[in-house]
Amino acid sequence: MGTNAAPLLTYRDGTLRLSGAAVSVTRTGRTHELACTQDYHNIEVPEALTVPGMNRRRPLIGETSLASYKKNGTLDHHGHGGHHDLGELWPEDHQYNGHHWGMAVDLTACTGCSACVVACQVENNVPVVGRDEVRRKRIMHWLRIDRYYCDNHGEVDVAHQPMMCHHCDHAPCETVCPVLATVHSEEGLNQQTYNRCVGTRYCANNCPYKVRRFNWFEYAREDTLANMMLNPDVTVRSRGVMEKCSFCVQRIEEVRVEAKREGRPIADGDVLPACQQSCPARAIVFGDMNDPESAVSKLIAGGRHYRLLEETNVRPSVGYLGLVRNRQDDEDRTHHG
Amino acid sequence: MASAPAAISGPLILGDKSPGQVTDDVCSALERGPARSWWIAIAISSSMLLLGLITVAYQVLTGIGTWGLNNTVGWAFDITNFVFWIGIGHAGTLISAVLFLFRQKWRTSVNRAAEAMTIFAVICAGIFPLIHMGRPWLAHWMAPYPNTRGPLWINFRSPLVWDFFAISTYFTISLMFWYVGLIPDMATMRDRLTGGWRKKAANFLSLGWNGSFRTWFHYETVYLLLAGLATPLVVSVHTIVSWDFATSVIPGWHTTILPPYFVAGAIFSGMSMVLTLMLIARKTMGLEDYLTKRHVGAMCKLLIATGGMVAIAYATEFVAAMYSNNDYEQFAFINRAKGPLCWSYWIMVSCNVLTPQILWFKWARSNMVVVFVVSILINIGMWFERFVIIVTSLHRDYLPSNWTGYAPTSIEIATLVGSFGLFLTLFLLFCRFVPVIAIAEVKGVLSHGRKSHE
Repeated sequence: MGTNAAPLLTYRDGTLRLSGAAVSVTRTGRTHELACTQDYHNIEVPEALTVPGMNRRRPLIGETSLASYKKNGTLDHHGHGGHHDLGELWPEDHQYNGHHWGMAVDLTACTGCSACVVACQVENNVPVVGRDEVRRKRIMHWLRIDRYYCDNHGEVDVAHQPMMCHHCDHAPCETVCPVLATVHSEEGLNQQTYNRCVGTRYCANNCPYKVRRFNWFEYAREDTLANMMLNPDVTVRSRGVMEKCSFCVQRIEEVRVEAKREGRPIADGDVLPACQQSCPARAIVFGDMNDPESAVSKLIAGGRHYRLLEETNVRPSVGYLGLVRNRQDDEDRTHHG
Repeated sequence: MASAPAAISGPLILGDKSPGQVTDDVCSALERGPARSWWIAIAISSSMLLLGLITVAYQVLTGIGTWGLNNTVGWAFDITNFVFWIGIGHAGTLISAVLFLFRQKWRTSVNRAAEAMTIFAVICAGIFPLIHMGRPWLAHWMAPYPNTRGPLWINFRSPLVWDFFAISTYFTISLMFWYVGLIPDMATMRDRLTGGWRKKAANFLSLGWNGSFRTWFHYETVYLLLAGLATPLVVSVHTIVSWDFATSVIPGWHTTILPPYFVAGAIFSGMSMVLTLMLIARKTMGLEDYLTKRHVGAMCKLLIATGGMVAIAYATEFVAAMYSNNDYEQFAFINRAKGPLCWSYWIMVSCNVLTPQILWFKWARSNMVVVFVVSILINIGMWFERFVIIVTSLHRDYLPSNWTGYAPTSIEIATLVGSFGLFLTLFLLFCRFVPVIAIAEVKGVLSHGRKSHE
């Protein structure tokens, strides 16, 4: 990891091969800190840090078995712990009369291949920060894949959960910014204004999903040829400002201009964020939640849809379609939390 | 305490001093050249300050990435130091304003130094919100002023904006209060000095004070009004600072106990800092007759009281979290006590809850070494209290995928050292150039010329 593997390459039969080389492994006695983006893959909190009556398992992954899903059409294990919607304090305020952009991510379809992560990075000029910064937990990805392992009666269950800005309607980041550098659009986007940001990082602290990314140093460089790859539609951020997933706002605007030029409304599926476009499993669906006929609205109305950390009442615009596990004896197994 | 108890607990100022002696005692220390120990002290403190200046310059030029922060822990030493220094300031306001309104006459020996401490602590505190920004050169955007960017207004919903108002108000009132209290003493200095820039400065700062009845009348009225204005600040400033955390959604921050908890903690930490400085000043400047064991004893009792409130707050937030039946909330508190950063929690509890209990004993309160050690331990404990609240809540929140650790870099530690350097340098300069005892006020509580009454 992080080491040149070229010496292992051999040229045989007209191709370069990495396999079949004769190697030996010896103990060096040295340790090496791996540049790992996530420390912790367990969805259950450590047993030593629990009290009686507390759920060890964090209710982050909605789950059900195939048999149960066929029978009930809903999730056994919701993302939230029995949250009741208490309604809005001021329902007339901030209505979304035009579009209301939203996203649904299918956890059953997601294989954790990370194509969306790479696509997002390329589309949005997300800086590559290098090994040392990754070790310091400062990776800049706007979209990450949370991977959780869970012990299921001796077997390991894995769940992949793509995680990006949830564009909350009650965004905790927006209220705390002293200079209004992060504000809500009338189409439900949580927008980050880079040139207004002074970098207090309060928004990132107050984000329950921790999807905001801070430019700890000046990551962009003027003198590199790699700048030829930058997307001209997206700002390159400077040191000291916060950034995060924008729902590919540049693509939304491009589609809007195009539709206006052609004198037609934006159709469902016209706007494709980079993550959705590149997902081979079609696990990510973006669209207008105000349009009942849009693909995303239909997924939200379906039985597998849940929103993460709904009990905090941040009202995220991103939702997940729970995992359906196809196992024979799963009927009585899924309730482990 | 004003009249009757004097017979029981003895005079406030020892040595049966006459008013003239008081003036001589306080002013002669300023008129002499600085002692060798002062030069050594200021050499150390200004070196610490220089270290801090260099590191701040380095981090402003390079980036906040020089700190140990990460995507999950966005605040650590910076805001810990900020809340710590703001808290220190509160004792000064409590002593100068609240104890004045309650006619606690023992405060007269302590209030000048305590108010100076407040001002210097608020200066130290004010630096951290500036330098913790990603782009500190744009800090003026936090202020609401007519501008050419729209005009673009600030976000009045943000607790950081409330902080801005709370702290600037606090600094202004504290400075005014301190300065108004200084005017009669500046006139005393003006009258004693024979020439030089210090006489000119004292002449200007005494605002033509002539000691007439009218002057005293106006002075007393203004002082009382300012005390009344400053009193709500003892409660409001740290309440507003606590809202930085209480209004958030992060388990461990999102709790309604924080405002009273912060206010009690602020007074507790400030009192311990006043004691630390008082004991040093008493010893090094030969002020044993003015800063008596009775003063130290009174401060110790305040430490027991406020320390008790802090202990109740620690217990209450723990019980409230357990009672909440909220998994995230319960975990946040168990993680404080037993998680990877539990050492900071136990430093906090042992320094702030256990240490002050020794002050229940009279022998401990009258042993200056014991009191000094206790005050230092409480200073440390209260710094860790803020560290615990900020870092242990952030580092493990809702999604386990975000969980990280935190360790400070040398840059952060040097910045903290630098803030102590600034504080001590300012305090040492204050000791050299301003009467550390409020001469005019102390004269009002002398036992000299009084018989059995008072």
